[in-house]
Amino acid sequence: MAIWLNKDSKVIVQGMTGATGMKHTKLMLGDGTTVVGGVNPRKAGQSVDFDGTEVPVFGTVKEAIEKTGANVSVIFVPEKFTKDAVVEAIDAEIPLAVVITEGIAVHDSASFWAYAGKKGNKTRIIGPNCPGIITPGQSNVGIIPGDITKPGRIGLVSKSGTLTYQMMYELRDIGFSTAVGIGGDPIIGTTHIDALKAFEADPETDLIVMIGEIGGDAEERAADFIKENVTKPVVGYVAGFTAPEGKTMGHAGAIVSGSSGTAQAKKEALEAAGVKVGKTPTETAKLAREILAG
Amino acid sequence: MDLFEYQARDLFAKHDVPVLAGEVIDTPEAARAATERLGGKSVVKAQVKVGGRGKAGGVKLAASADEAVARATDILGMDIKGHTVHKVMIAETAPEILEEYYVSFLLDRANRTFLSIASVEGGMEIEEVAATRPEAVAKTPIDAIDGVTPEKAREIVEAAKFPAEVADKVADVLVKLWDTFIKEDALLVEVNPLAKVASGDVIALDGKVSLDDNAEFRHPDFEELHDKAAANPLEAAAKEKNLNYVKLDGEVGIIGNGAGLVMSTLDVVAYAGEKHGNVKPANFLDIGGGASAQVMANGLEIILGDPDVKSVFVNVFGGITACDEVANGIVQALKLLEDRGEKVEKPLVVRLDGNNAELGRKILTDAAHPLVQRVDTMDGAADKAAELAHAAAK
Repeated sequence: MAIWLNKDSKVIVQGMTGATGMKHTKLMLGDGTTVVGGVNPRKAGQSVDFDGTEVPVFGTVKEAIEKTGANVSVIFVPEKFTKDAVVEAIDAEIPLAVVITEGIAVHDSASFWAYAGKKGNKTRIIGPNCPGIITPGQSNVGIIPGDITKPGRIGLVSKSGTLTYQMMYELRDIGFSTAVGIGGDPIIGTTHIDALKAFEADPETDLIVMIGEIGGDAEERAADFIKENVTKPVVGYVAGFTAPEGKTMGHAGAIVSGSSGTAQAKKEALEAAGVKVGKTPTETAKLAREILAG
Repeated sequence: MDLFEYQARDLFAKHDVPVLAGEVIDTPEAARAATERLGGKSVVKAQVKVGGRGKAGGVKLAASADEAVARATDILGMDIKGHTVHKVMIAETAPEILEEYYVSFLLDRANRTFLSIASVEGGMEIEEVAATRPEAVAKTPIDAIDGVTPEKAREIVEAAKFPAEVADKVADVLVKLWDTFIKEDALLVEVNPLAKVASGDVIALDGKVSLDDNAEFRHPDFEELHDKAAANPLEAAAKEKNLNYVKLDGEVGIIGNGAGLVMSTLDVVAYAGEKHGNVKPANFLDIGGGASAQVMANGLEIILGDPDVKSVFVNVFGGITACDEVANGIVQALKLLEDRGEKVEKPLVVRLDGNNAELGRKILTDAAHPLVQRVDTMDGAADKAAELAHAAAK
């Protein structure tokens, strides 16, 4: 089952013919992902050979869906064009759009998010500025290394890419149902709460690991959600205790403003909701291990 | 990027938000001509990116050009909450102020949209008004696509209960302020106070603007707005090399890949430091995915050039990038620095994990650089780096 992505997912790549798109399409195919097409209006009708797999290029997302039955799009186009690419995916009503591109202006993400709402939220957006989503052994969409971990029963949701990898690696012997990187931007499509809700409903997930970081109040709201709605055990980790106020720490959304958005406040909120929070990624993995061992 | 008041004023003026005349200067003597241009009197306002400058003595009235020079002399160089005043704005004196209001547009992260905040009780910090008299603060969500139409502006004016005689004028200011917010890719535009003056007009007397650095690709003019004088020299050097670096005040230099992992590394080092004389991380430095030897060398150069750094912790998780490439990067980076004549004297603790970790570790072991130690867990490596920094600081 997993969440949002499985072996039947048919994936198209917006921006496949760019350097990043080419590199990661090849890796995704190598991980067993069913990539059915690329989108680039200037190269429509051509196809690209990835080690013997011919992937056709379509002029539009709509055409790609019509010809291939694609139900996932992953977006690698440069930040200047990302808003238009997401809007196109929304217009084509693709069920899942995964936006990898980093450095998108907030007005652009606010705009495509509002647009998705006006179109009835038929497209789940993951990202922007995220590593993507992987259901190990079935499908991998984005830039998460496919060989860190194996299929298993832990669900993972994280704002950070490298901490996702770190956690997948720490718990590689147990394995993951699905791991989703939601991105560290101020406006993101899929939130911790969306992932928690999906993992709670997924019969193949026994435990959820949730990774947060400074900035905003998404973790606090997730804590409220867990208290009311999540019966499965949740283990948490929050990065950025030592971050100074008013400085952006790498991710556009990772900033402590005044007294809001601190790691301490997030940890306290999660603990108050019954979530065990680790001091380090390794300790967090240990907590997950202990809970699963009973 | 937060702007100075005078930069905010310029952007307001560009979008027809009513403001008073003013110019920015950085020497006391320049206050004379500026004040004369304003008709012989002015307000001398310290330009600092922190609130409460009025109370701190950073805003003074000058009744003559001589007085403006004297006030500018007092204010330039003044310290306001840790911010040194390098510039003052010589502003037109406000006509008689009858009332002070507050209006702003900002990003509402939780609701993934924009928000208008308005109050007829302006002049003080809006957080203070919101805490003491929440009913006096009107918050109105703004749709990112529909924006602020005259109708929406009217809705805000009514929600905040602006007096009827200024309603049209405030609504007009709101539309123009929204124009500033959208066209300049701002994360915040705030006018406080928006003053009603004796003539019945409303004027933006002071304001704050914060711009989205990610939007710089469509605003080449953002470059000029950066406050280069205030930037830490190490941060400025890192920016020139396109490195994502933040200077902190500890002793353990940090290099890692990925913002989340680096933030986490800082925390883990700070915990480890509790056992080693309370040493702390000296910086945040994210070299990103697939960093080349060149990028690693640039990063190491910045960190080794920081006199506060006593030891360096390189924490890399090989994701798409394989650890053998990272290990080669480190070895080449050290060689590159030595070839450049940079003396590398600080101990490096390297933790490599993930993709091809074994190969990467072997490369470091074989290179046997006298300053490089391998510790294969993140917590263990942080502890070693903290211990070395503490030993060197003694």
